[in-house]
Amino acid sequence: MSKSHVTTTVNGDAVEYLCEPDQSLLDVLRDTLELTGTKEGCATGDCGACSVSLDGRLVCSCLVLAVEAEGKQVETIEGIADGSELHPIQQKFLENAALQCGVCTPGFIVATKALLKKNPDPTEEEARYYLAGNLCRCTGYDKIIRAVLDAAAAMRGARS
Amino acid sequence: MSANKDLKWIGTSPVRPDGADKVTGRAAFGADRHLPGMLYAKILRSPFAHANIKSIDLSAAEKAPGVLAVMTSADLADLPSEMGAAGESQIDFRDLSQNILAVHKVLYHGHPVAAVAATSAKLAEEALQRIKVEYEELPVVLEIEDAMADDAPILHEDQFTPGGSTDKPSNIAEVKKLPRGDIEKGFAEADVVVEREFTTPTVHQGYIEPHAVVASMSASGHADVWCCTQGAFGIRAMTAKVLGMEVGKIKVTPSEIGGGFGGKTTPYIEPIAVKLAEKSGRPVKIVMSREEVFRATGPTSASIIKIKLGATNDGKLVAAEGTLKYGAGAYKGSPMSPGCMCVFASYEIPNFLIHGFDVVLNKPKVAAYRAPGAPMAAFAMESVMNEMASKLNMDPIDFRLANAVKEGSVAAYGPKFPVIGFVESLEAAKAHPHYSATLGKNQGRGVAAGFWFNGGMQSSATINVNEDGSVTVITGSPDVGGSRASMALYVAEELGISYDLITPLVSNTEEVAYCDVTGGSRTTFATGLAVINASRNLVAEMKKRAAASWDIDVSEVSWENGQAIASAGADKPPMPMTKIAAKASRTGGPLSGHSSLRPRGVGAGFGLHICDVEIDPETGKTDVIRYTAVQDAGKAIHPAYVEGQLQGGAAQGIGWALNEEYVYNDKGVLENFGFLDYRMPVANDLPMIDTVIVEVPNPAHPYGVRGVGETPIVPPLAAVAAAVNNAAGVRICDLPISPPRLLAAIDAK
Repeated sequence: MSKSHVTTTVNGDAVEYLCEPDQSLLDVLRDTLELTGTKEGCATGDCGACSVSLDGRLVCSCLVLAVEAEGKQVETIEGIADGSELHPIQQKFLENAALQCGVCTPGFIVATKALLKKNPDPTEEEARYYLAGNLCRCTGYDKIIRAVLDAAAAMRGARS
Repeated sequence: MSANKDLKWIGTSPVRPDGADKVTGRAAFGADRHLPGMLYAKILRSPFAHANIKSIDLSAAEKAPGVLAVMTSADLADLPSEMGAAGESQIDFRDLSQNILAVHKVLYHGHPVAAVAATSAKLAEEALQRIKVEYEELPVVLEIEDAMADDAPILHEDQFTPGGSTDKPSNIAEVKKLPRGDIEKGFAEADVVVEREFTTPTVHQGYIEPHAVVASMSASGHADVWCCTQGAFGIRAMTAKVLGMEVGKIKVTPSEIGGGFGGKTTPYIEPIAVKLAEKSGRPVKIVMSREEVFRATGPTSASIIKIKLGATNDGKLVAAEGTLKYGAGAYKGSPMSPGCMCVFASYEIPNFLIHGFDVVLNKPKVAAYRAPGAPMAAFAMESVMNEMASKLNMDPIDFRLANAVKEGSVAAYGPKFPVIGFVESLEAAKAHPHYSATLGKNQGRGVAAGFWFNGGMQSSATINVNEDGSVTVITGSPDVGGSRASMALYVAEELGISYDLITPLVSNTEEVAYCDVTGGSRTTFATGLAVINASRNLVAEMKKRAAASWDIDVSEVSWENGQAIASAGADKPPMPMTKIAAKASRTGGPLSGHSSLRPRGVGAGFGLHICDVEIDPETGKTDVIRYTAVQDAGKAIHPAYVEGQLQGGAAQGIGWALNEEYVYNDKGVLENFGFLDYRMPVANDLPMIDTVIVEVPNPAHPYGVRGVGETPIVPPLAAVAAAVNNAAGVRICDLPISPPRLLAAIDAK
């Protein structure tokens, strides 16, 4: 089977790649583009470790075919910080000790950014439900949820 | 409650030194390494839970497109049965090898049989289909009681029960007996006796990162292994053993690790990757799928535990009997022994008898899981403690206080406890507002205590000083939960310099002295001690350098706030570490400190959890609505990460209590091999988890540290069950308390 040629944008960079028709966006990000910040926890869309934004929509990149990125904007964890300056969500995850092993963290940060774009002032319950697709086995979610609410407050403060 | 009044850094919670890399995607985990020319390997796994392997034909796979190497157990060393260290526990190297690649027989569905390395993962997968294996199916045994029966299908023809029949092989690999006093006399003295049997299912550690390895082999026969593990030195030793290689010819670099909880202490794929790299002459990568992780890496044991407890009307325990049966999976080595040692460890009981059974069956070989064996034992014992308290009309915490072990108590497993903080933890729990808060309709509250020994083992640390006075501190303890921050805090405190000047590193087996696993809640304690001692050795050297420049005796130099201070008579201004570092090349060369040790005086961990639930009597669903974890940490070096351990352990325990279980069909095939059906807690399943860190210093540690990581998973099973029982007016003795099980219990009332 011949490979497909895809032209897309990843974290603002124009990118072209060749992929198998059945290859996932996650595999291409990690293996072809070597953007390994996006993690594979399950490859079945159950853990959220591979969360990326596709044209502004939060998706599990393991459930997206690489060819589907054609002409779209992909944002991964590597695109969240502004150069060497951390995004407020990243900063609040650090300040709140919201990561232990850190493997779920990229997915949580990408998902949190999507949440706060939709809902800049989520309640604890709204944050918990929105992030229910992101598994963390280390923290019990307490500090993650605090970091999310803290980041939301900081971002609202910065905006006003 | 801390004994350390004047600490500047220890007891603060700064941002972890490796944090920025972990929130930007820069940190490299197991699967994140790519090497030029790298091959991808896949593993052929048994479709049967129990079968003889009649033959394996690799010829078609060897010729398949893109395939460069193929292997079976014939490529591993032929090992005799011999016990050796594996993480915190012991393993039979022959079993270890046969679990990596089956020899003659497969013992569980998913047992590895052969492996293929090819130029792509897809080609490796396709080549697996061409391997022809002829099996002879055997009867499957999945349940502990069935495996113990006289007519059970036997997994190992050469395994006999110690002290049992010498000519009839058995699935009971080990029995243990721990007696004290006279239980008949003890139960005769009891006014109230409670006896119950409890069961817990097989559950998995559930780390989010699947096992991954990249191995390469130089033409001179040196292997270079990159993998996600809790202990690089253990992986090196076991890989060497399984492959018949010299330890010095294998370098293991621990990647960042995406959770382990005990499950990443033994090798599964590392020796396969090394052998395939040797055979192909190319680097080889293996990444397990989530399905492989569930089917064929170590979960922890299912258990059947019976407890009989006798107490007098005034609330004193007088006798106890426990029978603890743990399923080991395919090879011996369940956590039966620590389970037996833990089951009565929290209480003073004059007469008891503990019986333990380690039983093999056709499931994957279990691996360590956070306080191995203790959560099941505590589920049974603490549930009976709660029932007993209620029969005696006593407050459950008061009942525990009346029987709690304290300094000088002889632990059920032998030694006398030094200073411990169980009573203080119970008192702190009782005083917590959660304990006296009002409950609403369909709500219930439960409490349970937990104990874990904690580990010491071997650790090493080296501190190197840079010419500007900043330092690197190197250990071999993989950082699973923020331990780099703790190591840096120790160095900052000891040297009296800023936390920001310290770069903590986790190094490979060739660049740091031996370090045992990050496990046994030992890193902050034992590796921490090595870091403290290395710091003190470095300070001693810097004092010498200052004394030499001042031309005074070193006894006239002290060290304070990052500076050498000359005694009053010497009339010298303080010499800061920056200056000593800058002058090092002229005062004797580079500055460094080292320490390698095996510490004594491990501080045991005790805690108590309070859980509130609300049940839905229509659906049987249970929601945890409030949760508080109280634990003696001795001294919290980085309190936020201590809280994180308490919260994370509680969450895993809540999952174990309410949802998690391996579901097998009668052929021994796991039916819920993904996160959708193996239901771990998600964010909206849990409330905030309040924590109380009690600090009763461990006298054997300069800052009083006890391990904290494992104890928090011990109480939740019984605490959640007690809360459900109180909310629904039922008595559930089997986990998980899934909606159908709770509904059945409500209907049976």
